[in-house]
Formats: sequence, C-alpha cells, structure tokens
Amino acid sequence: MQEASAQQVHQHAPPEGFIRKYVFSLDHKVIGKQYYALALVAVFMGMALSWLMRFHLIWPNSKIFGLELLSKVGAPGGVMTPEYYLSLMTMHGTLMVFFVLTNAPFAAFGNYFLPIQIGAEDMAFPRFNMMSFWTTFVAFVVLVLAFVIPDGPPISGWTAYAPLSAVGSDAGPGLGWGQNLWGISIAIFCVGSLLGSLNFIATTLDLRTKGMTLMRMPISTWAWFITSCISLLAFAVLLPACVLLILDRVAGTSFFIPAGLVVSDRLQPHAGGSPLLWQHLFWFFGHPEVYIAILPAMGIVSHVLIASIRRPLLSAKVIIYSMMSIGFLSYMVWGHHMFVSGMNPFSALMFSFPTLTITIPATIMTLIWLGSLYGAKIRITPASLFALGFISMFVSGGVSGFFLAQPSLDIVLHATYFVVGHFHMVMGVAAIFGVFAGTYFWFPKMTGRMMNEGLGKWHFWLTFAGTYCIFMPFHYLGLIGNVRRYSAFVDDFLVPLLPLHKFITIAAFVTGAAQFLFLINLIHSRFWGQEAPVNPWEATSLEWTVPSPPPFDNFGGKHPVVYHDAHQYGVKGSRGDYVMQDSPETVVPES
Amino acid sequence: MSESNLSMGAGHAAVMEESPYAIPSRKLTMWLFIISDAVTFGALLFAYGYVRTASPDWPEPFKFNPSILNVMIMTFILVTSSLTMLLAVDAAKNGDKPKTMRWLGLTMLLGTIFAGLHIREWVGLIHEGVRLFQNPWGAPLFGATFFSITGLHLLHVISGVVALSVIARGFARGRLTAGHVETVGLYWHFVDVVWMFVVPLVYLVNVAR
Repeated sequence: MQEASAQQVHQHAPPEGFIRKYVFSLDHKVIGKQYYALALVAVFMGMALSWLMRFHLIWPNSKIFGLELLSKVGAPGGVMTPEYYLSLMTMHGTLMVFFVLTNAPFAAFGNYFLPIQIGAEDMAFPRFNMMSFWTTFVAFVVLVLAFVIPDGPPISGWTAYAPLSAVGSDAGPGLGWGQNLWGISIAIFCVGSLLGSLNFIATTLDLRTKGMTLMRMPISTWAWFITSCISLLAFAVLLPACVLLILDRVAGTSFFIPAGLVVSDRLQPHAGGSPLLWQHLFWFFGHPEVYIAILPAMGIVSHVLIASIRRPLLSAKVIIYSMMSIGFLSYMVWGHHMFVSGMNPFSALMFSFPTLTITIPATIMTLIWLGSLYGAKIRITPASLFALGFISMFVSGGVSGFFLAQPSLDIVLHATYFVVGHFHMVMGVAAIFGVFAGTYFWFPKMTGRMMNEGLGKWHFWLTFAGTYCIFMPFHYLGLIGNVRRYSAFVDDFLVPLLPLHKFITIAAFVTGAAQFLFLINLIHSRFWGQEAPVNPWEATSLEWTVPSPPPFDNFGGKHPVVYHDAHQYGVKGSRGDYVMQDSPETVVPES
Repeated sequence: MSESNLSMGAGHAAVMEESPYAIPSRKLTMWLFIISDAVTFGALLFAYGYVRTASPDWPEPFKFNPSILNVMIMTFILVTSSLTMLLAVDAAKNGDKPKTMRWLGLTMLLGTIFAGLHIREWVGLIHEGVRLFQNPWGAPLFGATFFSITGLHLLHVISGVVALSVIARGFARGRLTAGHVETVGLYWHFVDVVWMFVVPLVYLVNVAR
C-alpha cells in the first residue's frame, strides 16, 4: 500500500476553547449546524422580503413601516418604488435558492448525517469542510451588503439576465455596485460549494465503515452523494460565468452585451457579445441546481417515510437509480428555461424531449412512495406528515412541469405566474418540506431533546394548507395571462384579479406567521424540550446507534460494523419490528 | 505502508473496509477537482466558441514568427515539465529524496519559464494594442477571450508552481509523502492537458492566412 488509508489521515483531536469548538470548528456536526443556522437566517430574510412584495402588490401606494430605513431611494417616504420591488425580488430569489435550498437540505443535513450514516468519524477533509462553510458565509455577507449600499440590490432577478445585469448603472437602480456584489457573492458561493462537494464524494467513497457497501447506504446518504456529484459540475460552470459577467461590468469586455445597445439614451460601448450566452451558461448551472435542491429532500423524505411506515419501500434500489438518472438528465435540459429567449426553435424541441424524459424517473419515484404507503400503518409524527406533504407538493408542482416542458405551451405560460407557481411548489416548497421533515426527524439526534409534537402538527397543517392557498391560484393567474415581475396591477385587464391576489397575500401572511411556530418550537425544544433517547423513532441506520447528541468522534473511538442494509423494518428483531444496521443478528421476516 | 499510517496507530485499519478501487481520498479528490476544473475550462472554451462563431470579423492575427514559434516553445517546455514531474514522482516512490528534489526543482523551473514566456507574449500583444475591450484587427471580444482563457491557464501554471514548492518543502522535511507528490503531479499533468486544448483552439485557428 502506498499511503496511509484515508480513514486514518483525517483523524484529529477534540478541540478546546470556544472559537475552535463552535466558530472555526472542524467537526462536521458543528459545521452542519452552522449551515443550518445560516439557512435559517436566510429563509426568514427571504420570507420577510416576500411579505413586503405581496403587500406591495395589493397596496402599491401604502407606506410600509420602517421600509424607508432600509432604503431611502427604494422607498421614499416608506412607499416602495417599482424598481425596489424588483430589487427585493432579486434578493428573495438569490437568498432562497442559494442560501436556503442549497444550504439546508444538502450542506446542513448532509454535513451532519452523511459521515454518521456511513460510520465515519468525520468528513474526509475537515479543514476543507470548515473552509467551505466560511466561504459560504462570506458570500452571504457580501450579498446582504447590497441592502446597505445607497443604490440597493440589483433589479435583474436571481437569474441576472444579461444585458440588464451586464451594462452597469445606466440600466437602473442596483445595477452598479449592487450587481457587482451579487456577482462576487455568487462566485464565492460557487467556490464554497465546490469544496463541499469534493469533500462529500471523497467521504462517501472512502470512509465507509466495514460492511457498509454502497447499496447498504441509507437512501438519504445516496441522495447527498448524487447531489454532490451534480453540484461538482454545476457550480464549475456558474463560477466562470460570474467571472465573465464581472469582467463585462468592470473591465469593459462584452461577452454578454451585443453591439449597438442603447440604454437610457446612451449607446453602450460594447460590441460582439451575446445575451443568450449568459442564459446558456447560467441555466447549464441553473437546471442541475433545481435537483441540488430537490434530491436531498427526496432522500430525507424516503428515509423518514421508511421509518414511519415500518417496512421497506417497494424498491430502494429503483429510487436510487431514479435519482441517478435524474442527476444525469439534469445536464441535458437547461434549454427548457430558454424557450422564449430567441434561441433556435429547433433546439427547443431538442431540449423538450429530455425534459419530458425526466418525468419518467420522477414518476417512478412517486409511484414507489405511494405504492409503499398503500396499506401501511403509518406513524403520524410531524416528520412523517411533512414527508407526506413533500409527496403532495412534488406531485402538484410536478404536474405543471409536463405542460411547461412543451415549447408550444411554454411560449404562452413562460413569463407568467404559472411558472412562478410551478417552481415554488416543486422546487421551493417541496424542498423546504423535506427540510422540515428532516428537522423534526433528526432534531432529537442533533440536540438531545425532542421537539414538541403538537406544535409541529399545527405547523404542518397551517403550512400545508397555506402553501396550497398561495401557489395553486398562481397557476390560475398564469393561465389567464397574469405576467410575473410586475410590481402592481393597476389600470389594465389584471385589475379584476386583485381580489384573488388579496387572498394570496393574506394566505402568505398567515403561512409565514405559522413559520414562527416552527422557530419557537426549535428554540424552546433546544433548551427545554424533553430529553431524547438514543433511538426515539426506532429507526435502523447508524445515526441511531450513537448517543444524542453524538460525541465528538461520533462512535466513541470505535468503528461500527454493518451487517444489513438500512431498511430492516417489518422483521423480527430482538428489539421489536426492526433490526439495527450494526446488529449481527440474523433477520427473520415477519410472516 | 507509510510512516503516517504507523503514527496514527494501525488499530482502526483492522476494522475499516479498504477504500474502493484502492484510491486514497486525497488522490480521489484531486481527480474530482480535475473533473470540475475541466468543466470550468470547458465553459470558458464554449463561451469563446459561441462568441467567435457569432462574430463575422473575428481577427486571425497570429503569424508563425513570433506567435506560433513562441507557442511551440512553450508547449515543448510544458510537456517536458510533465516528464520531469513523472520522474519526480518515480524518485519519490523509490524514496530517493535528493533525486525527487532535483526533478521537482526542474519542473518548477520549467513552469516558471513557461509563465515568463507567456507573460512576455502578453506584454507584446498589449504593446500591439490588444486590450480586453479592443484590438487593432477586428472583433473586440478577441482580446477578452484570449486574455481570459490564457489568463486562467496561466493562473493554473503559477499556482501549480506554488503548490509544487509547498509540496517539495514538505517532502524535503519528511512531513509529506510520495502520495502528496503524486497528487500534485496529477494537477500538473492536468494543466498540461488543458494547454493541449488551448493551443489549437486559441492559437492555431487564429493563424494569419
């Protein structure tokens, strides 16, 4: 053997002192919690922004208390300008997609549980791991700085479409330094994500404990592994794209700016570039990013569901293969975001086919979940409710994807609320439901205390009903032709839709307020919750063999030996209807 | 088995599964990084192809002397440095420290000469009036793509030299193993391979006719 095996290389001593323990910690569990905390801050910021936007849509001329303090230019006298609406929309999207949907299901839970689920004592490269969190943190700070500068955040949306994002402050507020900060932040974020995914893949392949073959890994581990393979390639494209965008803005190049562009009555000193190039590069990242958000949620939901229905899924293997094929196909479909961009219509057809093909593995997975639920005695907990809610959201949001995948229909629906409803349900809310399911499921392990079940169920029902009230009407609005990104609907054919918009706004406020139940539950349970046993859900995977919370090196200096796959439920074991992965007993199926 | 294995205690190794395909994490991660970095270069080259195809007045300024001749010399130097890198890895595996240091030193020297020649070429082009946003011959994006692609590669070469020096230092002091030398060698060869794409796509298709 040439080298020390990886398992020994990564060992390190327990840290001492506050900074080493909780700030610049090398421990994957602390880093996972740090990611979770960052996502929590970002999600409440993003939610507050959506409240401001929803309020403005209904009462465009009303003062919003305190908004003037945030931006004097964007909200003179507390009344939001249309441009500031777009600034807030950009920040809502960027915060949610990058700092919530990428960080929470993947980086936070993946960091905390992937090493434990495979029986490792830490990630393969703890120092890289720390660096990836802190680069992500810097990216967050740089992005939020855009609120502080006088011009405010950019108005170009989370997709930063060129040439709007590339020409500079001539084009509107926030497109000066605001857009620069956006580009720098996202470029830094890419570096952090790349470091993270390198680490995840190396850990999964190299640090599995004895007996933990690839097919014995829990589905959640598989989901994080596949996700890290996707993000390894996706962020590698966004990074140069952001650098080129910044070059266009500060160095006078014109990658994304065509010749003869006149903005604000001024001829732009650029020639030869193509705005479509930005869209190609961005969506080559952007579509896989959708699966970076949803695949970990699928993994978490499968993991939670199995433990709740007390029997294996119809086929865990097929779920894993479906996730792989989704990951593979996700690189061939970026053009379906560009059907109305002016791209050659024939290429639209070429992108439409693989897009529709993706619905096959997605449908297979849904059918497996539903089929496994058939006749099952499910244990109703907040975690299992959110897992069921995930399936509901995934189906409801996914069905509209069939329509949008077809260029002829997408031309009508693309720039409307139909698309907004679609991606909020299938990517946004579904992934968040996965995070909620994971939180209610793993909170006892992460903190050593149980969450309040009653409060959790209230949280679920309010959120579940609330999100349907918000996003289902979006589809209807879009079909009528309600265009997106308008800051107000006055004096045109959209005025009759205002009552529906009012209903959505009220639903958004109620649903948002329900999230404070979750926050209260988190904080209260963390300090005053009931003490959690080692294995409160009677689940089989390795994280439930270690104390709650796990010690510094997870397994107390030992390494578990794995004898079964992660889904030994509905069997006769010494503890009941399940057999732990590290238990050497033979499995007897219950007749 | 290497020394760090012994110092960590062989106790755990007994119960751990061997890593699949017998690739240690460090090397695996370098391969993964190479894949990801290749995609980054791929994205840049794609962008270059995109704007080049879309520009009717794309300049083709490179004459045999000095440009292509210079590129041939640079290519020769970089490929040779890959060979010396191989020899360094080989020496390191045989535990021959002085020989390893010699080959690593030569690799770094060749890398530095490559960077020097490249910077000289850049300075020459800048004197001819090539900028990120304009050039005397045609489509202004010529300069932008040229400098960003070769610049990214140059950055890789320079960081490679720095990485080599760090590894060489650690290896000389016995802190790092032959595995480290091999891993940084992978990176060095990758930088070489990327250059094999840059030469035809950036230089040879833009030869003056």
